Amino acid sequence: MLQPLVRTLRDSVRDLAPIILVIAAFQVLVLRQPIPDFLDLVVGCACVVVGLALFVRGLEAGLFPIGSMLADGLARKGSLPWLLVFAFGLGFGTTVAEPALIAVTKEAARVAADEGIVGRGADEQDAYALGLRLSVALAVGFAGLVGVYRILRGWPIHYLIIGGYTAIVVLTWFAPPEIIGIAYDSGGVTTGTVTVPLITALGIGLASSIRGRNPLTDGFGLIAFASLTPMAAVMLYGLIAGAMGRGLG
Amino acid sequence: MIGFLVDAAMLLLGVTFDVAPIVIVLFAFQRFVVGRPIPNPRAVVMGLVYVTLGLGLFLIGLEKALFPLGRSMARQLADPVFLGVSGGGAVGWEHYAWVYLFAAAIGFSTTIAEPSLMAVSIKANEVSGGAIGVTGLRVAVAIGVAIGVAVGVLRIVTGTPLHYYIIAGYALVLIQTTMAPRGIVALAYDSGGVTTSTVTVPIVTALGLGLASSVPGRSPTLDGFGLIAFASLFPIMAVLAYAQASRWRASRRG
Repeated sequence: MLQPLVRTLRDSVRDLAPIILVIAAFQVLVLRQPIPDFLDLVVGCACVVVGLALFVRGLEAGLFPIGSMLADGLARKGSLPWLLVFAFGLGFGTTVAEPALIAVTKEAARVAADEGIVGRGADEQDAYALGLRLSVALAVGFAGLVGVYRILRGWPIHYLIIGGYTAIVVLTWFAPPEIIGIAYDSGGVTTGTVTVPLITALGIGLASSIRGRNPLTDGFGLIAFASLTPMAAVMLYGLIAGAMGRGLG
Repeated sequence: MIGFLVDAAMLLLGVTFDVAPIVIVLFAFQRFVVGRPIPNPRAVVMGLVYVTLGLGLFLIGLEKALFPLGRSMARQLADPVFLGVSGGGAVGWEHYAWVYLFAAAIGFSTTIAEPSLMAVSIKANEVSGGAIGVTGLRVAVAIGVAIGVAVGVLRIVTGTPLHYYIIAGYALVLIQTTMAPRGIVALAYDSGGVTTSTVTVPIVTALGLGLASSVPGRSPTLDGFGLIAFASLFPIMAVLAYAQASRWRASRRG
């Protein structure tokens, strides 16, 4: 358990290092200012590195083996309803636990409270952030379900992309302006540490167990669709929350 | 001390709720649909403890380091004194050159260091039968992301509507799709995820929101988001463009 932890530690240092280097270079060469709250930043960076390493290592040791075994087993077994339920549950569950999504919805709730879109209380902010997260998670679950169905049917991936894209263009027209930015960003956030490996395992497992499907061209492609549906879902959430008279905030 | 313990307990409780759905899905399927006991339960329990503690630590670091870093860079780089316009003169978009450069540097450096981009590049090389170079594709995507994030920052500074950019971007992706080699399309679509790592997202988000509150006349909710959207759109365009360029080059040579 320890040896792989060193590896994930190294990985999370490598994730953080380029950002720290760029920031340090700007701070010293361009701004020529000491870094404010230096000690807090060092402690915080250490928390990020260790936390991320533990998180990823725990996923690899505990959850990914079960996930990919299940994906493989269900794909072989070929029970369509269970496969679809599994794809939905996988997309939903991984997205709820996605650290980047937790981060972005927190920030979104904070600025929404600053501008008086939701109440300033911690509970109201948490409820708004959770609403955003659940919308995104439902959307990724839906994307997983449709994506699996696509592989079974052999639909070309760009049909899904065109469909999702059209939905976004239409919804942008109607959605409240203050939700559009966060909606567009939530698309990119879902494709993170937890979601990608499990969804990809499901896609590859399926494509390689169905004859005539190429894992390289049919097994992938889910991620882009899984970043279009959240955009649509968050705009829908904004519409519904708005229609309920800011009742969700 | 008591306050700290209560905070820590609340944090852990919250994190447990975050992790619960995926655990329930996996365990329920393993037990009731596949009908087998959980293999290697000790590793699974240890894994869950790691996941919960890790996510908790990450969230602390988020508030202590990642958000403040993004915000303070935005504040300092958009400070009128730093921009040299403290005399009360109007601030135009052209005064923010350092901000664009900073955004591009963040986009480039995080993308080039991203291990999953390496994996995508190797797969693209295989699919294309060697026509698409591994290093070339990586550099192309990193430059694409650098341009994307810089344009995203320019958009925040000018306050133009985000959806014009993104809708136009996806329209371009659809046009590129019709012309790109078929085998590369799904791979290109997936590459949108490679630039948005768990560490990058919070810093870039805080940078955008910080800029929108520092630049006069901008609102965080209306203008501050969108950098992540740019960062996940541009890799798709870059991979499709690079694949097409490689094929064109190969056909000219052959």
